[in-house]
Amino acid sequence: MIKIKPGKCDFCGCCVAVCPVDCIELKEADISIDYNICIDCKLCLYICPIEVFEDVETAEV
Amino acid sequence: MWRQRKFDLIVVGGGPAGTTAARYAAKAGINVLLLEKDRDIGVPVRCGEAASDEGLRIFVEPDPRWIKSVITKLRLISPNGRTIDVDLKQKGYILDRRIFDYDLAQYAAVEGAQIVCKAYVDGLLFDGDKVSGVKGEYLGEPFEVKSKLVIGADGVESRVGRWAGLNTVVKMKDMESAIQKTISGIEVNEHRFDFYMSREWAPGGYLWIFPKGPNAANIGLAVSGKYSRFRSAQRYLDDFLQKTFPDGSVVSTTVGGVPCDKTLKKFITHGLMLAGDSAHMVNPMTGGGIVPGMRGGMLAGETAAEAIKEGDTSEKYLNRYAKKWHKVGGRNHERFYSIKETVSKLTDEELNSICDAVEKIPPEERTIGKVFRKAIFKKPSLLVDVMKVFAGV
Repeated sequence: MIKIKPGKCDFCGCCVAVCPVDCIELKEADISIDYNICIDCKLCLYICPIEVFEDVETAEV
Repeated sequence: MWRQRKFDLIVVGGGPAGTTAARYAAKAGINVLLLEKDRDIGVPVRCGEAASDEGLRIFVEPDPRWIKSVITKLRLISPNGRTIDVDLKQKGYILDRRIFDYDLAQYAAVEGAQIVCKAYVDGLLFDGDKVSGVKGEYLGEPFEVKSKLVIGADGVESRVGRWAGLNTVVKMKDMESAIQKTISGIEVNEHRFDFYMSREWAPGGYLWIFPKGPNAANIGLAVSGKYSRFRSAQRYLDDFLQKTFPDGSVVSTTVGGVPCDKTLKKFITHGLMLAGDSAHMVNPMTGGGIVPGMRGGMLAGETAAEAIKEGDTSEKYLNRYAKKWHKVGGRNHERFYSIKETVSKLTDEELNSICDAVEKIPPEERTIGKVFRKAIFKKPSLLVDVMKVFAGV
């Protein structure tokens, strides 16, 4: 599953724009994923210019 | 207090599209509220900050306070390092978007629009199937404000559109994953745009150097979402900077997504219009979105005022806005999109051979139109689209 690395995000909205299910919430300086909606498609991981996301084994979370 | 009032129009987002929409709507006499989620208009800057004099003049008189560089030349750098300089027929600018955006907000406020920052919109209000306002959070407190119309100018991530059932999702291949650093303490030609075209530097996009005076520049690149999964934009840029400007100081870093797509098929619904990046109004070939965003904003703002006065905010009425957009820019954007599609498929060898051909045009006779015409001979599939866009250039 996709995890957000703390402290890295610049809050640009690039991931929100490609997310097919609108599961990323982005406020002024706050980002979170709603895991009830996330389908683990990884597009956010693939598009992020600065590698904010990482793909981790479910057991690690 | 804005939270207790009802408005004719609420604009979500305080970038150039939003403030321009608010300005023209207020000017036409309707009451307008603009909500911006960040604490300042114009900050953070997520932009290469380039715009043409001709495009800006449609809306504003260029002001030295927000012009960092006047650009008269363009340089293309081929994958093998060959440079081609082209004189620009019309000058361009590198702006200071912090001051520029702030001024645009000022114009809207002077026309009577009310602007509120730190107002985070997290949903729409509906009256049946018609959008009838927004809800959100302001300084930790929830709010709901009713309006006859809403304009979503909430940028590339446009959730306003999604909440109303419009499909604003950007396809990966059309999303450019971009990063830019403002580098200081370097020497650059302050009157020239530099574009590096190569799969090695920026696959499916390009790398730019936009000067901000003689000793600083916005240096950035965009990588298509088709390729960004294999290597991030940040890594490409760090490589380039390490090789080219190892001693420069990074005074600012910005990242973002650029929707290099055709304008959305549907960016209007009952009580709602989208403008700017949210409607995918960026020029898909250049990635430039300031002037198209302002154009969309102006048309949406004017249409909003007409709709309010006519008492008809239905999708059918608001479609006038889509028609106007299509007439002034949308159709060209479709052609720019085709060119982008063709150019992004060129291999480095093909780009080199096009540059070799273009180099044979004497420098004093080079125009963007001629450069494209020469490129066509090397890559005939570009012909139809380029002819349509540059006929008469």
